[in-house]
Amino acid sequence: MKTLDWTIVETLAALDSGQVSALELTEAHIAAVESLNPHLNAFITITSEIARKQAHAADVARRAGAAPALAGIPLAIKDLFCSENVRTTAGSKILGPFIPPYESTVSGKLFSAGAVMLGKANLDEFAMGSSNITSAYGPAANPWKRGDGAKLVPGGSSGGSASAVAARIAMGATGTDTGGSIRQPASFCGIAGIKPTYGRCSRFGIIAFASSLDQAGPMARSVEDCAVLLEVMSGFDPKDSTSADRTVPNFRAACGRNIAGMRVGIPVEYRVSGMAPEIEKLWQAGIDWLKHEGAEIFDVSLPHTKYGLAVYYIVAPAEASSNLARYDGVRFGTRVEGEDLIELYERTRAAGFGAEVKRRIMIGTYVLSEGYYDAYYLKAQKIRSLILRDFREAFANVDVLLTPTTPSAAFAIGEKMDDPVTMYLNDVFTVPASLAGVPAMSVPAGLDSCGLPLGLQVIGRHFDEESVFAIAAALERAADFRSLPALRAGATP
Amino acid sequence: MSLDPATVRRIAKLARIHLDDDDELPRLQKELNTILGYVEQLAEVNVEGVMPLSGGMEIAMRMREDVVNDGGYPEKILANAPDRIGDFFAVPKVVE
Repeated sequence: MKTLDWTIVETLAALDSGQVSALELTEAHIAAVESLNPHLNAFITITSEIARKQAHAADVARRAGAAPALAGIPLAIKDLFCSENVRTTAGSKILGPFIPPYESTVSGKLFSAGAVMLGKANLDEFAMGSSNITSAYGPAANPWKRGDGAKLVPGGSSGGSASAVAARIAMGATGTDTGGSIRQPASFCGIAGIKPTYGRCSRFGIIAFASSLDQAGPMARSVEDCAVLLEVMSGFDPKDSTSADRTVPNFRAACGRNIAGMRVGIPVEYRVSGMAPEIEKLWQAGIDWLKHEGAEIFDVSLPHTKYGLAVYYIVAPAEASSNLARYDGVRFGTRVEGEDLIELYERTRAAGFGAEVKRRIMIGTYVLSEGYYDAYYLKAQKIRSLILRDFREAFANVDVLLTPTTPSAAFAIGEKMDDPVTMYLNDVFTVPASLAGVPAMSVPAGLDSCGLPLGLQVIGRHFDEESVFAIAAALERAADFRSLPALRAGATP
Repeated sequence: MSLDPATVRRIAKLARIHLDDDDELPRLQKELNTILGYVEQLAEVNVEGVMPLSGGMEIAMRMREDVVNDGGYPEKILANAPDRIGDFFAVPKVVE
């Protein structure tokens, strides 16, 4: 069915004109989920009945002339957002039986705006990963295929979200990004995704990984679709102490801005040695496209870039070790009994957490422990200051930065698994923006020699998502990325 | 520096994670040492006079009135409890 290929913006017009009803649209997506999810494992929990109810309500509202902004748009909700009365697992066994009694602010805003929930999307356990391999519910698959037929990862941690959107079994999705978890899977699956400024979207009801870095954002098949979703997801929330009390700009309008005269920085430190020639070529193409549209290009320096990943792998595990202390088998989740309370904790956590989560909790515990706090954690926080200063200084001269999103295209399950650091290197281009709290977006821009999608990243100033959208939309127009994944609704799997 | 098995065991104890000595301990020791080896590079950065950055932004925490503004629904709170006695979470006996 052709409707499954529409963007959200196109669909809203079709819904408004009566070309299709929300219920028809939702039924088409439910059928697509049923046929493709066994191949993709993009959803941990499918919520077709909720989707039908929401779609029906959207049709009723539209007939009454009171359709809210996203009435009838079917979405995947990352299984890190608490859904009231729907199992929410965070991709972990330890939350296997968890049914939240409340809704996250961001998903609640989407549903108030009429969005339809198709299901809860797969992810790396507690959002810790770059491959979706660490999910306790099995890996999600990338709908793209390369010549050797190897099963490719969709990236992570928002891998199920990216897979579902790319395969056209959802029109958009929520993701969360702590060090690249929206941008890297978006790049791997050939879709768009933005991590907004830290504080733009409420963290309330999002299962916490690293609280000073976690940020929700949308993933969709066009830059403008992301803008439409982000406008609904954003806004002040008194339930999140770091939520920004700022008005939400018209992001969609920003996508149509003329970029002539905008100043684009190219950070020299991102030109890492050994960068794949095709990544370098794509980056240059991005520069040329923006120049052609009248943007001015400048080399800029972010001298502490090379320390970003090391800082991240101290700060994020430290915060995770603290946030995940709550999973003790007492108040919610799975419990494994023990002789005494301590043994109950230790057995519960040993059985409930996967290997990557245990690794990060232990690193975090170590860097926060007596005698090591100053050498590791405090030192990392100070270098984080220097990384933020780098961005501030660069943004004194340019409006946005342009970089590749990832150092390579999607890899196969089993690759890059020699040791944890090899896997962590996936996030080398995305982590610095997370540490600085600035908005960053990935746009599909081309294919590598294996026919796999590659993304370019646009990084902006704090709370200037509008410039990010303007530049990202210009890149999208120039790249004219129309390639389709092998596995998608409407194609035979 | 590199972690010895006793230190790995101590970290696991602090993190309240039971480790299987034969299999998990040596594997984790190797992996944690790889990660710590990687972050060693931070030692070369001069951070004299630099203030630590704890949040995603240099913003002060917002305060609110110190009043009860939520609660009063024990059933909702206890609905996910693995074990309960009345309106309480239940755990193995702690005090003899």
